[in-house]
Amino acid sequence: MATLLEVSGVSVTFDGYRAIRNLSFQIGEAEMRAIIGPNGAGKTTFMDIVTGKTKPDEGRVIWGEKSVNLLKMNEAKIAQAGIGRKFQRPTVFEDQTVFANLLMAVKNPRGSFACLFYKPTFKDRGRVEQLASEIGLSDELDRKSGELSHGQKQWLEIGMLLAQEPRLLLVDEPAAGMTLAEREHTTDLLKEAAKTRAVVVVEHDMEFVRRLECKVTVLHEGSVLAEGSLDHVTANPQVIEVYLGR
Amino acid sequence: MHIRLIPALLLSLVLGLPVLAQDADAPIQQLLQEQSELIVQSSRRTIEPAIAAIRDSDLPEAQRVLEQWVARDMWVRKSDGIFVYATKAGSGSLTISDFATGEPVGEAPSADFDQIKPNSGIQALISSALVKFQLNSEDRATRIGALDALSRNGNASHLPVLRESIDTEKDVAIKLRKQRIERLLTIAYGETPADRIEAMEAVRGDLGVDVRAALNPILATTRRAAATLPADMNIARELKPGRDLTEAEAYDLLVSASLAPARLTDDVQRQTLQDNIADGMVGGVPVADLNTMAERNRAYENLVTAGLAQPAATSEEVAEALDTHAFFETYAEPDAEVTEAAADTLASIELKLATNQFLDLSLDALSLASIYFLAAIGLAITFGVMGVINMAHGEFIMMGAYTGYVVQQVVPNYTLSIILAIPLAFAVTFAAGVAMERLVIRWLYSRPLETLLATFGISIALQQLAKNIFGTQARPLTSPAWLDGQWQINDIVGISNIRIAIFVLALIFLGFFIFLMKKTRLGLETRAVTQNPKMAASMGINPDRVNMLTFGLGSGIAGIAGVAIGLYAKVTSELGADYIVQSFMTVVVGGVGNIWGTLLGATMIGFLQKGIEWFNPSNTLAAQTYMIIFIIIFIQFRPRGIIALRGRAAGD
Amino acid sequence: MSRPFILRNPSILIFLACLAAFTLAVTLMSEAFGADMISTSFVKTLGKTLCLCLVALAMDLVWGYCGILSLGHFAFFGLGGYMIGMWLMYARTEIIVASSMANAAIPPTDQEVVNAIGTQIFGVVGSSEFPPIWYFASSLPAQLLLVVLVPGLLALVFGWLAFRSRVTGVYLSILTQAMTLALSLYLFQNESGLRGNNGLSGLQNLPGVSASQAVVSIWFLWASALALGVGYVLCAWVVSGKFGSVIRGIRDDEARVRFLGYSVEGYKLFIFTFTAIIAAIAGALYYPQAGIINPGEVAPIASIYLAVWVAIGGRGRLYGAVIGAAVVSLVSTWFTGGQVPSINLGFYRIDWVDWWLVLLGLSFVLVTLFAPKGIGGLFDLVSGRFAPDRHGADYGPDKGSLMEEEGR
Repeated sequence: MATLLEVSGVSVTFDGYRAIRNLSFQIGEAEMRAIIGPNGAGKTTFMDIVTGKTKPDEGRVIWGEKSVNLLKMNEAKIAQAGIGRKFQRPTVFEDQTVFANLLMAVKNPRGSFACLFYKPTFKDRGRVEQLASEIGLSDELDRKSGELSHGQKQWLEIGMLLAQEPRLLLVDEPAAGMTLAEREHTTDLLKEAAKTRAVVVVEHDMEFVRRLECKVTVLHEGSVLAEGSLDHVTANPQVIEVYLGR
Repeated sequence: MHIRLIPALLLSLVLGLPVLAQDADAPIQQLLQEQSELIVQSSRRTIEPAIAAIRDSDLPEAQRVLEQWVARDMWVRKSDGIFVYATKAGSGSLTISDFATGEPVGEAPSADFDQIKPNSGIQALISSALVKFQLNSEDRATRIGALDALSRNGNASHLPVLRESIDTEKDVAIKLRKQRIERLLTIAYGETPADRIEAMEAVRGDLGVDVRAALNPILATTRRAAATLPADMNIARELKPGRDLTEAEAYDLLVSASLAPARLTDDVQRQTLQDNIADGMVGGVPVADLNTMAERNRAYENLVTAGLAQPAATSEEVAEALDTHAFFETYAEPDAEVTEAAADTLASIELKLATNQFLDLSLDALSLASIYFLAAIGLAITFGVMGVINMAHGEFIMMGAYTGYVVQQVVPNYTLSIILAIPLAFAVTFAAGVAMERLVIRWLYSRPLETLLATFGISIALQQLAKNIFGTQARPLTSPAWLDGQWQINDIVGISNIRIAIFVLALIFLGFFIFLMKKTRLGLETRAVTQNPKMAASMGINPDRVNMLTFGLGSGIAGIAGVAIGLYAKVTSELGADYIVQSFMTVVVGGVGNIWGTLLGATMIGFLQKGIEWFNPSNTLAAQTYMIIFIIIFIQFRPRGIIALRGRAAGD
Repeated sequence: MSRPFILRNPSILIFLACLAAFTLAVTLMSEAFGADMISTSFVKTLGKTLCLCLVALAMDLVWGYCGILSLGHFAFFGLGGYMIGMWLMYARTEIIVASSMANAAIPPTDQEVVNAIGTQIFGVVGSSEFPPIWYFASSLPAQLLLVVLVPGLLALVFGWLAFRSRVTGVYLSILTQAMTLALSLYLFQNESGLRGNNGLSGLQNLPGVSASQAVVSIWFLWASALALGVGYVLCAWVVSGKFGSVIRGIRDDEARVRFLGYSVEGYKLFIFTFTAIIAAIAGALYYPQAGIINPGEVAPIASIYLAVWVAIGGRGRLYGAVIGAAVVSLVSTWFTGGQVPSINLGFYRIDWVDWWLVLLGLSFVLVTLFAPKGIGGLFDLVSGRFAPDRHGADYGPDKGSLMEEEGR
């Protein structure tokens, strides 16, 4: 399996506090991975580094077949290269309709002039409607997204993520604040997505992680503590001590 | 008139004993009689021996004679040529005094006397002769006055008397001053070049303005032109047309030295053409066509050919004239050694001067920085720590300044009024800040841009209110006398006391701020509320109260800053608005949320502004413009300021 | 969805109709068309108000839609005025100089004419030479081009510097304010070459036009109305569709837009420059009606007033900006013109010329506190358009978390 993203030897320091220390991580195409770890383990910072929000002090982040250095790119370029990110709290544009939200995310030229003269094509329209039905929001297309429930917003965001057609999805706690039924739907969406692309899910909820049925990476104090199946890592005494044992 | 004259004459005759008896045998009168002819003749060309004789006579009365003479109060009796001094007692009558005794001896009709009227040239000679007496006067103030006069316009004639007076001088300070002036006068008027060069050596590295004033005229140059470089002149340097001076300037030199004919100016050409209009034609060219230079030149040439106009130098002739002549700068001072020594001495001074000017500029910059710091420190609390953008901050500064003004109206003692004004200004602006926080800002904590606009609304309302109450003209806030002076280190470096006071106040505020934030309960609570209001609230801190107090404190400090700034600038309703943008710049450039950043920001902006002003001292507006542009560019490289918080604490 | 976008936005049609009706009414009632119910000076005031509405539109686009509270757009407005003012002043002085020199015995050369114009224009700042920036002043097309180019380039360079370094929020506001301050301080200097604090004057006289001011004022009213109409349609077009979605997205959550792959800086720069150009055009139409421009017009306070108009009118909707600018500037003219009767309190007489700014400042605070949607918010009551209205307290610690009413 070809490696899609390779993070090696990355460290980051905030005002003397080392949030990430010598972290190495890789993921292949069409792979699902869950990252777990206690608070302050560096999960969010790891995502910040991959998406270009935070620049590490040292280390390399290599992307794709052409081995592009992601550290030289800004957030927008990284997103265009095919890395999509879902934030911990749902961030959709609440003042705009579900349709507008999805249309904005659909893969198209992102330049300001291209966007100014853009007219939604039949194909793009179809894509939006298809996505809406996938995330179960077909009936809500003309509603303002701010009127949606919390779970619907999470899905809308996942839908927007899929609309970008990224090769790597970074999903931060997708199940937070969801009802049981909503969680199952979310699991299905992610598993479906992982068939064609790489998905990295950061999650606290062990039940949710178990349902994802994927390889698990445990972070602790900014570096990888253990990696393997969920059963494997939960059996690891170190993991039990730092995380589950508490 | 005659009627009154006669009795007086009669009286003197009858009594035999002259009422106006003069001691004709007194040494001073004898001396005057010896010089009588010259004195009465009163001519600028011949008078000098007479003045010198009186000055050098060693007679105690000599000073009196010279003083009365220069005041045009010396008269000579027609009958016997005796000199007296007199003041007009009434019409046609004089009160006569005797030079020998200095006592009035009676009245006499002015018709019997001729007034000696020295012209201004002679008066100057007498005055400089008088300097000798003033320099040796018993009265200290007179000696100092004479030295002041000498340092302003001394000349060669003063040198000998000045030198003589040095040895007998007892007062050390005056003696030093005499020696200094002697050096300076020697530089300008010394008898031999060697003397002058020696005097220059003595003032090497001296920063006094007077030293440079003595040296600079020696090095003054004039531009000249000649066929060849003259050997008999003290030439500063040779000039090349096109390099050291423009060709037009060079040619003008030739023209003024009558070495070349004047060039034709456009105005002269037009006038000549106008004078030669005949039948709508000038030199065969129709007048209507004369709206281009080519046609005008053609018409003029035709006039020259016809003998109707002066030939003008062509450009080839100009070029040739420039080629064949030498251009140079000469010193007015003929002796090359002297000019060389003067240049050398001046160079030795320049370096030291530059160092001292830099020092002076740094002091200026420091005081400007402390003013910015004062204006910004309140903001460092409200904007930097709390994150509330208060556009009315400038108006709080203004309120503080006006509070100071009002207090001065009530309490006339300036020292007392300032001492009262500071706590009062704090109280007033603290109250205003608390009121504003309670009524407006509290509701807008999560909407910073709207806070900006709402506080701006308050700002314009307050400004207009101040205008309505105090009028548009500037109100004075007078500093007490002990703040008026200046701390002068040498002729170059000096700083006014009020700036020192502002600097000290800035330091006090800095200390206070650090103490408040790091050591007090309020500081701890403020930091807690700023970082996480909900968590702080759950720890038993009342965020509303803390926010209110902190905001009030920031505003109160602005009020005190207002008193200080009011002392330094005029109090107007726009006082605050003048500082608000710079204050925000100071906080932003320094790094939000860090008092050391604010300090560094103020220092940087202060030094920068003074530095730019140094390049272009006449234009403070330009300095501010360039400074703002610099700040905009600076923020490119350090968007979060000089001292930036990193990581999660910085937020996004 | 293939309908033209104007039809999709009925508010545009309503606005254009209102604007046309207004222009027609003023024209018919004006002195120039005989009715003489509106004085020429009031026609000018109305024309100027239309220009202010146009610059408010630009402000709404940049602030209300893109979330950049620029305190510098009046600087672009003023620059536009300066650019057109240079030509107006040059051309008019040229006519005066030519007529005074026509009687000379010898016809003047071109250089002599230029020198005489220079003396006329710059005598007041003790100079007679044309600074290099007046190089194009003799050409109307060139100066018209500069109306767009100079403010556009300034906005482009400033915006590029500011957005590139990710200066946002109040920091950006302060930075734009600093830019405005720097510009006005620069213009205040005699060395700026734009006559220092004297500014440019006599701009109301169109060179080579013999029509009376009454007629010229109507022309300018038409031009201003046309510019406002075109500007409105253009702005409405920009904010509709995907581009509008993106810039509103930038306003609401800049980082999210960035992670969608949009270059936020590019979009901001586009909007900043685009609105700067609109502001400049508005200025170029405004100052010939005002007759004089000086650096005081560019002072930071003017740009803040612009924000005040938009806020009072209601930001985030184009007609709100227009209404705000029109209402506040006309009311302000009314109050400061001394036509409002003073209120006698017995012990104090409230003279509105003095107290208007206090009233404006306080009403501004009240609008910000109690009616953040501004006057435009009233239209929501009519159309029943409400923003998502969420009730209840947060369930969790995060801002976007579930709220009580939603936890069905």
